[in-house]
Amino acid sequence: MKPVSRFEELESGAPRVPVRFGGQEYQLAEGSNLAAALMAAGVDAFRQTSHRGVGRAPFCMMGACFDCLVLVNGETRQACLMEVETGLDVQPARRMREGPYASR
Amino acid sequence: MSSDFAIVGGGIVGLSVAWGLLKRGLGVTVLDGADDALRASRGNFGLVWVQGKGLKQPVYARWSQTAAAAWSDFAEELEDATGFDLSLEQHGGLDLHFSENSLADWAARYTKIQSILHGDYPFEVLSAKELRKEEPGIGDAVVGALLHHQDGQVNPLRLLRALAEEVRRLGGEILSGKQVLSVTHGAVFDLGCSDGSRIEADRVVLAAGLGAAELGPKFGFKAPLSPERGQVLITEKLAPLIRRPSLIARQVNEGAVQIGATNELVGQNDAVTRKGMAQLAAEAVAAYPDLARAQLVRSWGALRVMSPDGLPIYQESEQMPGAFLVTCHSGVTLAAAHARRLPEWLLKGEGAPDLEVFGEARFAI
Amino acid sequence: MHRVNLAIIGAGPAGMAAAAEAAKAGVRVLLLDEQATLGGQIFRNVEVGSELRGAVLGRDYRRGALLTDAVAKSDVDYVAKARVWSIEENHVAYSTPDGEYLVEADHVLLATGALERAMPVPGWTLPGVMTAGAAQIMLKQSGIVAREAVLVGSGPLLYLVAVQLVRAGFPPKALVETQTRSDMRRAMTHWRAAMRGWRYLQKGAATLNELRNAGVPRYVKSRNIALLGSRRVDAVHFSCGGAIHEMATDTVLLHHGVVPDVQAARMAGIEHHWNAQQNAFVPKVDPWGRTECDGVWIAGDGAGIGGAMSAELSGRITGLAVAHELGSLPRAERDRRANPLIGQRNVELSIRPFIDRAFPPYHEALAPEDEVTVCRCEEVKAGQIREAAEQGCLGPNQAKAFTRAGMGRCQGRYCGLSVSRILADANNRSMDDTGYVRVRPPLKPVTLGQVAALHDPNAPLEQAGGHD
Repeated sequence: MKPVSRFEELESGAPRVPVRFGGQEYQLAEGSNLAAALMAAGVDAFRQTSHRGVGRAPFCMMGACFDCLVLVNGETRQACLMEVETGLDVQPARRMREGPYASR
Repeated sequence: MSSDFAIVGGGIVGLSVAWGLLKRGLGVTVLDGADDALRASRGNFGLVWVQGKGLKQPVYARWSQTAAAAWSDFAEELEDATGFDLSLEQHGGLDLHFSENSLADWAARYTKIQSILHGDYPFEVLSAKELRKEEPGIGDAVVGALLHHQDGQVNPLRLLRALAEEVRRLGGEILSGKQVLSVTHGAVFDLGCSDGSRIEADRVVLAAGLGAAELGPKFGFKAPLSPERGQVLITEKLAPLIRRPSLIARQVNEGAVQIGATNELVGQNDAVTRKGMAQLAAEAVAAYPDLARAQLVRSWGALRVMSPDGLPIYQESEQMPGAFLVTCHSGVTLAAAHARRLPEWLLKGEGAPDLEVFGEARFAI
Repeated sequence: MHRVNLAIIGAGPAGMAAAAEAAKAGVRVLLLDEQATLGGQIFRNVEVGSELRGAVLGRDYRRGALLTDAVAKSDVDYVAKARVWSIEENHVAYSTPDGEYLVEADHVLLATGALERAMPVPGWTLPGVMTAGAAQIMLKQSGIVAREAVLVGSGPLLYLVAVQLVRAGFPPKALVETQTRSDMRRAMTHWRAAMRGWRYLQKGAATLNELRNAGVPRYVKSRNIALLGSRRVDAVHFSCGGAIHEMATDTVLLHHGVVPDVQAARMAGIEHHWNAQQNAFVPKVDPWGRTECDGVWIAGDGAGIGGAMSAELSGRITGLAVAHELGSLPRAERDRRANPLIGQRNVELSIRPFIDRAFPPYHEALAPEDEVTVCRCEEVKAGQIREAAEQGCLGPNQAKAFTRAGMGRCQGRYCGLSVSRILADANNRSMDDTGYVRVRPPLKPVTLGQVAALHDPNAPLEQAGGHD
């Protein structure tokens, strides 16, 4: 089910390509800003915080706040500094389980 | 008002001693420096470490072992009192080697100190294969490791915070932003501070790290201390990758991997350099290849407090009896010994540890 | 490693103007920017944006194309998507999608611009809350607008974004404004100076008119602002004129001014001092943009907030100064070209005292309640900073060790001023005495692999032998 977006896209010229976020597929405008496109597609939380595990979403859109962190190919990236490409498989940055030696 | 002890230095060394004295019912005033003072307590690697220490001076090896053995009890007491999790883990530590020669060389040194210490030096030489069984994330460049079972790690910032809280809770006074400039010794010690204030105490412990180099001679100490820079890198929080800490990297319980440290003689310069970062990163990636994709989030440079032979200095001033110099480069490891054993030495009580070899007599003038 | 005469960090108005001006004088310029296109935040995507976006964003925005054109037509070596992570003794290390680079530059110009002042109010970390600037960037870069945002705070950008939303066909639900009449009275004492910047006053009046005509409600002198919601924001709570409001919304845009982005300057070791009028730390620079660090310059909002026009002028002035230092421009020629620019910059800056007083930071966000998060990265609350102060922390570096505030990925960009302010208030000390969190590399996170790529095994560090 596609969530209702709180954003409106003024222009809809660019071709749509499939992008996965957290296992769900979205059709996003190719070449557009990944963070903006995901928010416009209805994504709320991009990452979980590391201590309290609460959701965060893009805050500054200019690469400074690090609240739009996602995982792409196992590497942590800022979604607001990425472009939509076909077939991107994006995971929200999740809280790491804290653990002592025994659990490693 | 005059207290029993003034401790010059509010880092881990000074606070550990303060805590120990307070536990024995003495009145303590801690004089701590400025926000931007050189602080090894904020910049260390967080190891509780025995291996490799005191290879030429077995008393130091023993003293480190005394500290390591006292740590779990010490941590528990601090944790119970403050509610902090110090994340102490003492399941052994690794010294990774990239060449068979260096591994064999160091194994031989450990065997020698082991026999001097009558066998109480529990270490193993791990082959590459054995090491990989213990540490699946290790890279092919590593040919083996020394595993020492008395080694471990702790969260040094929580230790600092817990000590600061406990010293206050036990009735100690911590005064911030106090740089001690002068001392006079009459009926009591009278310390003059940069803000114009004066602090009186019956006895003084100089635990001011590198600050003791300048201040020490005013108390009659040689205090031949010099800085050695260590640069450290910190990654983002990662899924479990490293089990036991090594001198190259350790994974803290929150998931971040801490990489270090350099040993540079560059004077009073605690900068982080691109060259240092690149070398640390290259070593860490060689040791744990998965780290190549980990994000480096922050770094720091801090200055170790080094005596000429690298050993701690414990010395009472001959010129001003009642003034003691306490300094070392392993304030975290030795914290438990400083808290538990040093007060007896300061108070010349029964069962005081014999710290003669750590006196300043060993330094030629 | 390659060599250039001038490496510029940041391709906003200051960086672009400096690049074009210096290149024109024959200087070899490398212009590095993290974004995919020229323009910085203020002129984001100005080269490639659609006509529709241009119409919504207005003439001041479209002007930016003059600068991007000037760079495009010059000999400037512009590198997009360049992540600068270290600046050390005239060497700049940066990472791009194509690989890792180290450049040696005779001069380095920091043109990293401004950040929106953090506005720690209850709930400001919830999804659905972003800065007004962020919403504007979404419009500039992606043509995406919030359907019914509530704008909260104060300042010219708040009105500008509101008007742009109106023009885009999605007027904001309301403006919840924090400035007061007495702020305006204080500002009016600077009216004479402000009149020199009459263009801005005129524009401001037109903007307010446009909002009025669109029927956007304004709640002036609002207090007790809290953003409500559990998994995302769903309402703004505030009191205004004796009434308590709870306004449903899914998007809150915060803004109460901008502050210099000092990260690079701090990392380079440049001295900063507290500027009470701007309520921010400002690096020490001379009128040419020269700092006390040899070969390091700062131009634009990073040297103190002046706005886009002033940034552009500063960039040109510094570009000329660097060209002169390099021997590419005689002193007389430098002065002949720079003097009118300096005069224009003074006119541009004349409005600032008025703006700073008319739209001061929201005081409740300068002294947040104990329960409010101030460090977004490490989730540290204001109360924890106050506790650290009680524990004897006089400044943000000891407080960082005690609380982890400022230790996260943003390295204090969004909590640095809040933490210093809370400590200064708690300890009853000045901002200068309290100081700022020490900034270390990396300026932006890079992978260990990227850093390791710069290691030269043939030139290892000189290291002391092992310890005993």
